[in-house]
Amino acid sequence: MSGYVLLRHRDIPDLHKLDVYLANGGFAAFKKAVTAMKPEEVLKEVMDSGLRGRGGAGFPTGVKWSFLPNKIWPHYVVANADESEPGTFKDRELLESNPFQFLEGLMLSCYAVQANVGYVYLRGEFWRIAGQIDGCIADLEAAGLLGEKLYGSDYSLRLYTHLGAGAYICGEETALLESIEGNLGQPRLRPPFPATAGLYGKPTVINNVETLANVPPIIERGAAWYRTFGTEKSPGVKIFSLSGNINKPGNYELPLGTTFRELIYTHGGGIPGGRGVKAIMAAGASSTLILANDQSLDTPMDYESTQQLGAPLGSASVIVIDDSVNIAWLVRKTVNFFKHESCGKCTPCREGTFWMDNIARRLISGQGSLKDIDLLYNVASQMQGKCLCALGEFSTMAVASGIEKFRKDFEALVKT
Amino acid sequence: MAVKMVNLTIDNHPVSVPAGTLVVDAAKKVGIEIPVFCYHPKMDPVGMCRLCLVEIGRPMVDRATNQPVLEADGSPKISFGPKLETACTTPVSEGMVVLTENDKVSEARKDILEFILTSHPLDCPVCDKGGECPLQNLTMRFGPGESRFLFDEKMRLAKQVPLGELILLDRERCIQCARCVRFQKEIVDDPVIGFSQRGRALEIVTFSDPGFDSIFSGNTTDICPVGALTTSDFRFGARPWEMNAAASLCTHCPVGCNLTINVRREARAGGRDVIKRIMPRQNESVNEIWICDKGRFAYHFTESEQRLTEPMMRKGSELVAVSWDEALQAAASRLKKAGEKTITLAGGRLSNEDLFNLCQLTSGLGGQYWMHGTMGGGDLLAQVGVGQGTNLGEFGPGSAILVVASDLHEEAPVWWLRVKQAAERGATLIVASARPTRLDRFAKCVIRYAYGEEVETVTSLVPEYKTDVSEAICAGIQGILGAENLVVFFGSDGLGLEGTTALAAACMELLVKTNHFGRANNGLIAVWPNANTQGAFELGYRPAADLASRLAEAQVAYIAAADPAGDDPALAEALRKTGFIIVQELFMTPTARMADLVLPAQAFTEREGTFVSGERRVQRYYPAVRPISGPRPDFQIAAQIAAQLGFSLEERLASLVFQRLSEAMPDFAGLTYQQLAMVEEQWPLIGRHDLYFGGTGYDNHQGLGVQLKPAAQRLEPLNLPDVPELPPLQAPEGAFLVVPITCLYDRGQTLLPTSLLHERMEKPAIYVHPKLATRVGLEDKQSFQLVLNGISTLVQVIFDENAPEGAALLPRSVGVPIQGPALAQKEIVSG
Ligand SMILES: Cc1cc2nc3c(=O)[nH]c(=O)nc-3n(C[C@H](O)[C@H](O)[C@H](O)COP(=O)(O)O)c2cc1C
Ligand code: SF4
Ligand code: SF4
Ligand code: SF4
Ligand code: FES
Repeated sequence: MSGYVLLRHRDIPDLHKLDVYLANGGFAAFKKAVTAMKPEEVLKEVMDSGLRGRGGAGFPTGVKWSFLPNKIWPHYVVANADESEPGTFKDRELLESNPFQFLEGLMLSCYAVQANVGYVYLRGEFWRIAGQIDGCIADLEAAGLLGEKLYGSDYSLRLYTHLGAGAYICGEETALLESIEGNLGQPRLRPPFPATAGLYGKPTVINNVETLANVPPIIERGAAWYRTFGTEKSPGVKIFSLSGNINKPGNYELPLGTTFRELIYTHGGGIPGGRGVKAIMAAGASSTLILANDQSLDTPMDYESTQQLGAPLGSASVIVIDDSVNIAWLVRKTVNFFKHESCGKCTPCREGTFWMDNIARRLISGQGSLKDIDLLYNVASQMQGKCLCALGEFSTMAVASGIEKFRKDFEALVKT
Repeated sequence: MAVKMVNLTIDNHPVSVPAGTLVVDAAKKVGIEIPVFCYHPKMDPVGMCRLCLVEIGRPMVDRATNQPVLEADGSPKISFGPKLETACTTPVSEGMVVLTENDKVSEARKDILEFILTSHPLDCPVCDKGGECPLQNLTMRFGPGESRFLFDEKMRLAKQVPLGELILLDRERCIQCARCVRFQKEIVDDPVIGFSQRGRALEIVTFSDPGFDSIFSGNTTDICPVGALTTSDFRFGARPWEMNAAASLCTHCPVGCNLTINVRREARAGGRDVIKRIMPRQNESVNEIWICDKGRFAYHFTESEQRLTEPMMRKGSELVAVSWDEALQAAASRLKKAGEKTITLAGGRLSNEDLFNLCQLTSGLGGQYWMHGTMGGGDLLAQVGVGQGTNLGEFGPGSAILVVASDLHEEAPVWWLRVKQAAERGATLIVASARPTRLDRFAKCVIRYAYGEEVETVTSLVPEYKTDVSEAICAGIQGILGAENLVVFFGSDGLGLEGTTALAAACMELLVKTNHFGRANNGLIAVWPNANTQGAFELGYRPAADLASRLAEAQVAYIAAADPAGDDPALAEALRKTGFIIVQELFMTPTARMADLVLPAQAFTEREGTFVSGERRVQRYYPAVRPISGPRPDFQIAAQIAAQLGFSLEERLASLVFQRLSEAMPDFAGLTYQQLAMVEEQWPLIGRHDLYFGGTGYDNHQGLGVQLKPAAQRLEPLNLPDVPELPPLQAPEGAFLVVPITCLYDRGQTLLPTSLLHERMEKPAIYVHPKLATRVGLEDKQSFQLVLNGISTLVQVIFDENAPEGAALLPRSVGVPIQGPALAQKEIVSG
C-alpha cells in the first residue's frame, strides 16, 4: 500500500461505507479522544502537529481553535465544504469517497472546543453530496457515534448539513456564517472575528474539509508522526489539485514542499504535445501568476516558499498554462469570474471587477488600446487595499501580475 | 458612572471622546469632515462603501517589555498599517493618530468616488436629490474631475421600480449603501426590503405585500445618499433650491414630531404657495430625525379643494355665503342672548391660542366649555405628567416603561419607535394589553388581560397591593421595583371616556405609590387621539360624559374643530334640539351641515401657534404658506366675536395670545414664544451642511420647545383621585361585545384627502377572532349589518387570530360610530 493519509479510499474500496471505515481503524481517534483525552489534549496535539488550514490562508489550525473564549457558550464548529475556487476539486473527492474521515475530523474538532453542534456547509452544486453526508450522519447516529453521552461520557454531539445557493463568496468564512443564518451571503465586518462572535454571535471554528480530514490521523498517530511529512513550517501532506494544460490532471496527495516540477512532470505526466510551461497559477483563480522558469519550477510548494515568488499557495489548486495561451485571455477569464462572483457589498470590488471585466473584454476582442492596458492595471491597483474582504483583492492578482509579467501578450492584442 | 475618555489626535488636533466612539464621529465632533455614504450616525456601521478610508497610526508597544516605544525626542513612536482603515468602523483608542487629509487618503477618496460614478447615471438635472445630494456634493469636493469609464459601457437599469405605492426605486442611482435596508431592519423592525442578487446586479427589492409595507418608509428617502429612493408624493415635484422651508409640527398624533414644510409658489396654482413635501426636523427629545408616513404624506387636507372659504349663514333652509361682518355680528348677538346657556365644544387639533380665546370668550358669557373626545385623564398629567427634562432617548438599563391599553405602533408611531429602542438599549419594557401589539417582542414582560380588566391590571401592579397574582404581573412588579425611572403610557385601546378616566387614575396611583413622579424621566403620558388634546386639558377643557343632554339644552353651541354629529349619532340627535349652532371648521362636516352659522378657519399651515404634546412639551409651529383668502385663524375669530360683545381678547397675533395665556395659566407661567424658539446643538449633526452625514432631514433652528413642569415637580401637593371600579364587560345571549381600537390610517377628515394613502386605509370592517365569529355566526369577509347602540351599519368581517375571543375590534373613524365598549347585534335581514 502506498500509504495515503487523506486519499485512503484509493487503497481501500468502499471506504465511504461506515462498516468499511470502522473496519479500517475508523473512529479509533474519536473514541480515544472522548474516552481518554481532555479537550485541551486534543487541541495540543493538533497545535503540535503544525497543521495549517487547507482552505487557503494556511492559518495554524490548533492556534485557531485555541482562540475560542471559555466564557461564552455555546461554541460551534463549521466545516467549509463550499469548495468553489476554480481549479480546486480536492474536498469533493474527500466528501464523496472518504467522508467519514472528514466527519471524524469535524467531530474531533467539535470535541476539542467542546461544541455540541457542528455544521457542514456545502456549495449548492454539491446537493447530491449533501444527501450522501446526511446519510453518513444518519449512519453515525444509528451507530451511536453521534448523539447524547457518547461512549458513556458527558459529551453529546449533533451534526447538520447546510446547502448554499451557488455563490463563491459563501466560501469566505463570515459570508458562510451569514448564509447559514439565512441571510444574504455577504462577508461581515471584522472584528469581531468568528472565534469570538461567529455563528449566531457565538464563538465558532471554521475549517476546510481537507484540514479536518487531517485530524484523525494526527490524533491517532501523534503530532511527531505527522511532522515526518512536509517541511518545518509547513508540515504534513497536502492534496494538490492539478489542472490546466497537463497530461494527467487530478488530485495528488504529496508532502508539502514538493516542487512544482515534480508535481507537473513526475506526477502530472508533463504538458500535452511536449509544450513548455508558460505560467502557473498555484491558488486557482485567486493566484498571482507565476512566470515559469527553472527557478520557479524548482520552488518547493509550501506556504513560505511560494510566497517568495510573490504567489501564495492558497488551496494549492495548481493550474498549468502552456506557451500556447495568451495571458490576456486568461486574465479576462479570471476577471470575468470575479465580476460574476463579487458579492457587491463594497464599492471597489463591486465596481472594480465590473470595470476590469469591461476593459479586459475590450482588449481580448481587439478593441482595446495601449492606454487600456494601463487603465486595467490602474483599476486593479486602485482596488488593492480597499476591499472589505479578500475576494476583491484576489480579483486583482491575475490582472496585476499578468500585466507585470506578460505585458507583451496584451500588447499583441491591441490595434495599432 | 463616569465614562472613560480616550485621547487621540486627528489631523494634529487633540481630541478627547468617550471610549467606544468611532473615528468618524470623533472627527465630526471637532469639525473634521470624513466623507461617508454607508455610515449613518443612527445605525451600526457596516464599512461597505469604503469612502471613509483614513490613515490610522497607533503607538508602538515593545512586545518584550510591554512598554511604549519612544522616538528620539521622547514622543511615542507611531506605527501606521500598510492599509488605510475605514473610519466608520474603527473605534478610537488611546494615543491613536488619524490622518484624514494626506495624499494617500485623498487618492483613496477619489478612487472610491470614481468607482461609484462608473455605474452612476449622472442624471442630476432630473433627479429629485440634485441640489441636496451627498453623492453630488462629495464628488464636487473630493472626486475626480472626469471619468475614465466609457459612457457606453454603463449599466442601464430600470428607473421606475415601485417598491410600493409610496416609494419608488431608481435602480441606476442606487449605490448599494444599505442604509435603507438597515433602517428598516434596525431602527423600525420592518425588514421588508433587502438586497437581491449580487455584485453589480445587487438590487433593492421588497418582500412584502403590499410592497414596502412599513409605516416609516418615507424616512429611507431622507437617508438614501442619492436619488435612488423617492416618494411618489414628491417625485419630480420640485428642485430643492426652489423651495422655502418653514418649521412646523405634525398634527396627527400626540408625539408632536417636529417638521419642516417645503413649499413653492406655483403659477399652476394661481401663484399660491404649494406644499411640496413634509420633512422631519431634528428634535432629539421628540422625534430625533424620523417621522411616520402619516406625518409625511397626510398634509393634503390643508390644500383640499373642499376647504371652506366663506362664512355661511342659514337663511331659510339653506346655508348661504355672508360677509365676515355679518357672520361675526350674528354670532355675537346669538351668544349674547344665550349668555350662560352657551356651550363651547372644541377639538384637540386646535392650538393653545385658539383654545385660550375660545374659553375666555365662553367664560365671559358665563357659559361652559368642553372638549370633544372620548378619552379622559389629562387633568392628572398636570399633576404627574412626565417631569421636565424627560427624554425617552436616554432610557436604558435602570429605566422602566409601562405601556397599557395602547397599540403605540398604530396610535403614536414615533413613540413606538422610541420605546422600542429604549427597550433595545436595556430599559425594562412592560406591555399590558388585551391583544398582541408590535411592542410585545421587545418587552421584558407582557401582561394579557381581557377588555374591561385594564384598571384591575394596573392596580395589581402596585407592589404594596401584591396579592395572589399571575406570573406576568409578578414580573411586571419586579420590573417596576428594579427601576430607578418609570414612565407609564396609557391609551384608549378598547376604552371609552369612563374607562380611560379610570385607567388614568389607576396609572397615577401606581406612579405615586412607587414614587415615580415629579422628576425627569418619570410620570404619566397619555396616548391622545389628537396633537393638542393635552393642551386642551391644560386650558381647562374636559370631555363631558353627558354631552348630549348639555348640547340639547344649550341655546347656542359654538363648535370648533370638532364633528360631534359625524362621530356620534346620539350627539347629532342632541344637536337637533340645540337652539343655534355655530361651527368653526375647515370642511363642511356633518356638524357644519347642521349649523346655523359656519365660520371658515385657517389650516395650521397658514398660521402660527403652539401645541402641547403628550409628553407636555410646548412647541411652536410657524406659517408655511400664505393663507388662502377667506378663512381666519380660530383664535382671531373668537376674539373678533368677543370684540362685538365688548370683551377685549387678543386677536392680532398668536404670540400675543400666548403672552396672555402664560399670564393666566400657572403651568405656563413665564413662557414666551422666544423661549419656545430656542435651540441648542444636537447630536448627530444633520441638516443642510451635513447632508452626507445625517440625510436630508432638517436641522432645527426654530425651537426645541419647552417641557412643562408638572405640579409634582413644582412640589405642589398631590390630589389623588379615587380609582373607580368599572363594571365587568359581558355580552348577554344574542349579542357580542365590540370595542374601539385606533388604527393609523383611518378614514378621518384630515386623512381622506390624501389619496396616496387610500390603499392602506382601514375599511369599514370589524376584526373578529374566528372562535367568536363561530359563536356569533359570522364568516370571514362577509358583509353584514352591525347594530351598535341602535344604529345599523354595513360592515365587513375580517378574521383575526390576534383579536381576543371575547370582543370584536372596531377601528375608530372608519365610518362606524363607536365611543367605547358596546354591545352589538347582527341584524337579521329577513327575506
Ligand atoms: C472569497 C473567498 C472564498 C473562499 N472559499 C473557500 C472555500 O471554498 N473553501 C474553504 O475551505 N475556504 C474558503 N475560503 C477561506 C475561508 O474564508 C477560511 O479561511 C477557511 O475556510 C478556513 O479554514 P482553514 O483554516 O481550515 O483553511 C475562502 C476565502 C475567501 C476570501
Ligand atoms: S471585496 Fe467583493 S466579495 Fe468582498 S465584500 Fe467587497 S464586494 Fe463583497
Ligand atoms: S443621485 Fe445625485 S449624483 Fe446621482 S443623479 Fe441624482 S443628483 Fe445626480
Ligand atoms: S436605495 Fe439608497 S439607501 Fe438604499 S442602498 Fe441604494 S443608495 Fe443606499
Ligand atoms: S465604509 Fe465607512 S462610510 Fe462607508
